[in-house]
Amino acid sequence: MKLIFEKSVEGRQGFGIPQSDVGPQEGIPEKYKREKPACFPEASELDIVRHFTDLAHKNFSIDTHFYPLGSCTMKYNPKFADVVTQIPGFANLHPLLPQLTKGETLSQGAIEVLYETEQWLCEMTGMDHFTMQPLAGAHGELTGVMMMAAYHKAKGNQKTHIIVPDSSHGTNPATAAIAGYNIVAVPSDENGVMNMEELAKRITDETAGLMLTCPNTHGIFNSNIDKIAKMIHAVDGIMYYDGANLNAILGRCRPGDIGFDVIHINVHKTFATPHGGGGPGAGPVGVTKKLEPYLPISRVVKHENGQFGLDYDYPHSIGYVAPFYGNFGIILRAYAYMLMLGQEGLKQTSNHAVLNANYIKERLKEHYALAYDHICMHESVFSASLQAQRGVHAIDIAKFLIDKNIHPPTIYFPLTVKEAIMIEPTETESKETLDEFIETMIEADSLSKTDPDSFHNCPQSTPINRPDEVKAAKEMNTNYFAS
Amino acid sequence: MLKVIGVNTIDDLFADIQPHQKPKSFDLPNGLSEFEVIEKIKRIAEKNTTNLISFLGGGYYDHYVPAAVTALISRGEFSTAYTPYQPECSQGTLQALYEYQSAICTLTEMDVANASLYDGGTALYEAIMMAIRITRRKKIVMDGGVSPIYRKIIHSYTNNLNIEFKETPVVHGQSDRDQINNLLDKDTAAIILQNPNFFGTIDDHSDIIQKAHEQGILVIESVYPVSLGIVKTPGEMGVDIVTGEGQSLGLPLNFGGPYLGFMSTRKKYIRKMPGRIVGKTIDSSGKSCFVNTLQAREQHIRREKATSNICTNVSLCAVQSLIYMSLLGKQGFVNLSQLNLDKAEFMRKTLETIEGVEVKRSSPTFNEFTVRLAKEASVVINAMIEKGFAAGFPLGRYYKGMENYMIVAVTEKRTKEEILKYAECLKEILSQ
Repeated sequence: MKLIFEKSVEGRQGFGIPQSDVGPQEGIPEKYKREKPACFPEASELDIVRHFTDLAHKNFSIDTHFYPLGSCTMKYNPKFADVVTQIPGFANLHPLLPQLTKGETLSQGAIEVLYETEQWLCEMTGMDHFTMQPLAGAHGELTGVMMMAAYHKAKGNQKTHIIVPDSSHGTNPATAAIAGYNIVAVPSDENGVMNMEELAKRITDETAGLMLTCPNTHGIFNSNIDKIAKMIHAVDGIMYYDGANLNAILGRCRPGDIGFDVIHINVHKTFATPHGGGGPGAGPVGVTKKLEPYLPISRVVKHENGQFGLDYDYPHSIGYVAPFYGNFGIILRAYAYMLMLGQEGLKQTSNHAVLNANYIKERLKEHYALAYDHICMHESVFSASLQAQRGVHAIDIAKFLIDKNIHPPTIYFPLTVKEAIMIEPTETESKETLDEFIETMIEADSLSKTDPDSFHNCPQSTPINRPDEVKAAKEMNTNYFAS
Repeated sequence: MLKVIGVNTIDDLFADIQPHQKPKSFDLPNGLSEFEVIEKIKRIAEKNTTNLISFLGGGYYDHYVPAAVTALISRGEFSTAYTPYQPECSQGTLQALYEYQSAICTLTEMDVANASLYDGGTALYEAIMMAIRITRRKKIVMDGGVSPIYRKIIHSYTNNLNIEFKETPVVHGQSDRDQINNLLDKDTAAIILQNPNFFGTIDDHSDIIQKAHEQGILVIESVYPVSLGIVKTPGEMGVDIVTGEGQSLGLPLNFGGPYLGFMSTRKKYIRKMPGRIVGKTIDSSGKSCFVNTLQAREQHIRREKATSNICTNVSLCAVQSLIYMSLLGKQGFVNLSQLNLDKAEFMRKTLETIEGVEVKRSSPTFNEFTVRLAKEASVVINAMIEKGFAAGFPLGRYYKGMENYMIVAVTEKRTKEEILKYAECLKEILSQ
């Protein structure tokens, strides 16, 4: 398909700029002007609508396809949230408005949404305070680790490293490194949870903290979590909860109750805000009282008279992590989602997410090697090791599924499992969808026995076949105008 | 389903959570129907004041968003898609991001762009880290005209990293050449500039850049994309890394986000650039197609050795800005830029006639400019709110000693009538 630039016809324009009502004015001197205009497309509105609608048709999405994508929680994004974000009172609100004198009174509604969302998340996670500022999950991680560093600095602790399990998301070690810490990894034991002996060996006085997903990326809840927290706290380390898998435990367990000091939440996972093909997300961070002084500014406060405000006067704060108050449009969607579900709905979310994951696990375990045969939480990890012996790898099964109109599960992650296939169905899928997926996976296994070569041509039904990624990296054609 | 799993109740599935690990509390309100939620949130929205005529800018502008932008971006195939790790079923997002990167490159006149970062402030921080990686030096010279909001973000992130920051003042609205030059040495990684700067003034940084390059120092410039319809581009000046806030390219103000951080650079620095990059290639049948490329820079492959910890960025906002740039088109974008400039110039001329208003004229400006008032700016702005205007942003909020100054932004949405009415109200307030 042609690029929008290749559809350009000289003189065409997709949007009418209003006539000036102030007449011609004195311009800027020539030396400050650009020589040639940017080569934006010249196309009519219809040209553009058709172009992007055609592009849309080349995508899988939650609205069109099942995404059993482990650790990504690709649940359905209810449509009413789209309506909520377009309410003019929010969409057109300038973020500097509350920074004018008495400006807070002009944005009481928006600050109330932030305040209320904080209250919901505190109660749900057992944390004492929340900040809505981080702009995505990894940004939340960085905010959390920066608070960790501020805590140690304030206490005069000499801390050099952060511990992560080998099954962690790549963002955990990347974040810790960017915040200036060394990384110490702990291997998993035969049950798929962190090896306690190996962990004990790695905890020293220089341990700044531990970053953990719970349940972990093997889909297993670590029953030893309190013991781990005690070990880390014994050296004045901080327990960091990576909220990527929070969807498994709503109403069943709260990170704040089991020893975690700081948590980030991916609202585009647990709270159903759309993934957008890779963002925008939001990554609110919650802390217990211990880390409260270090929260980013501004902070949302509710005054005695019931008015809401933004407070900047916290001398120990790590400062600004975002220009304003977070990805407000995304937080608003998450708030609307929580209001709709309420207490019971949130509990049912985790119940069904875990039920669906276990159902798939039980039905597929005869056909695929299960990494850990244990009741799982919201996701389970298989290995395509049996199929790989027949020449059919995880990637081949993934491409086969695409031909069957199913988005592939997460593959080759976690790194602890060879040929990993990580399946997270979420609570929003019906039993019929799960059964169809299971049958398709069984079909793939059968085909790997009878005709393994047939996989290598998959996918066939998509706009393109398998791309040449080596060529892409070698030629680095990333800009039409330089190609 | 429970029978297949081999348990009796849902509770059995949660047996790994020990009794003492159960929630101490989970006291949340009952759920509401769709209708009730929308009504409740509408009532909350009504507590915001939305009828003010806005001249607020500060890097975030009240531009019109064409209907086609919202309509296209609301399509579920874009909004509910996952990150395009599976290229065969993500060509829509991937091609759009390739087009977006190309649009950012032609806008800034640079070689390569990434597929987005969170916002203009965090993009500038990423650019600083990138410059430190490239030069292996740790001193940064920061121009005082860089947004104070960005500077606060950068300070938070780099606080523990032993980076030396030197700040130079703004003179007559522009970068102070002498002070910058005095600070440059072989330990300097980069100079950080902004154009137009926070005071609204335009500069041609070519001379600073030339001097910097002589000493192996990189220049990073943060830009306001709408100004680039007319204003000299970072590419023309010789900038090494360009960043900016893309909110003005078709994104609503949304009380601070989601926004769009963009970044472009020279081809030789592509491997040091953070964030996702989409590349063009061919598939097994020779058909051209698009993939995420150079992923060995990223956290999901490189873990602690990655160029950044960024994972989810703002893909949908990037596509949104692409649709906006496409709709405006080559000439439309220039015209929009010109209209912003003209309206701001008209407003400057209008305000200059008022006693108690001094419009700073030492350097050219784009659609935002600095005025000095005979009274404290925050007091005047407060009085203007009563008259129905968000009159501008008081510089005293971020700059000590500038309590009588404010910046005033004028976009294509403001009319001559509104500007004249603003002037009338301001005159009245200043004469009291």
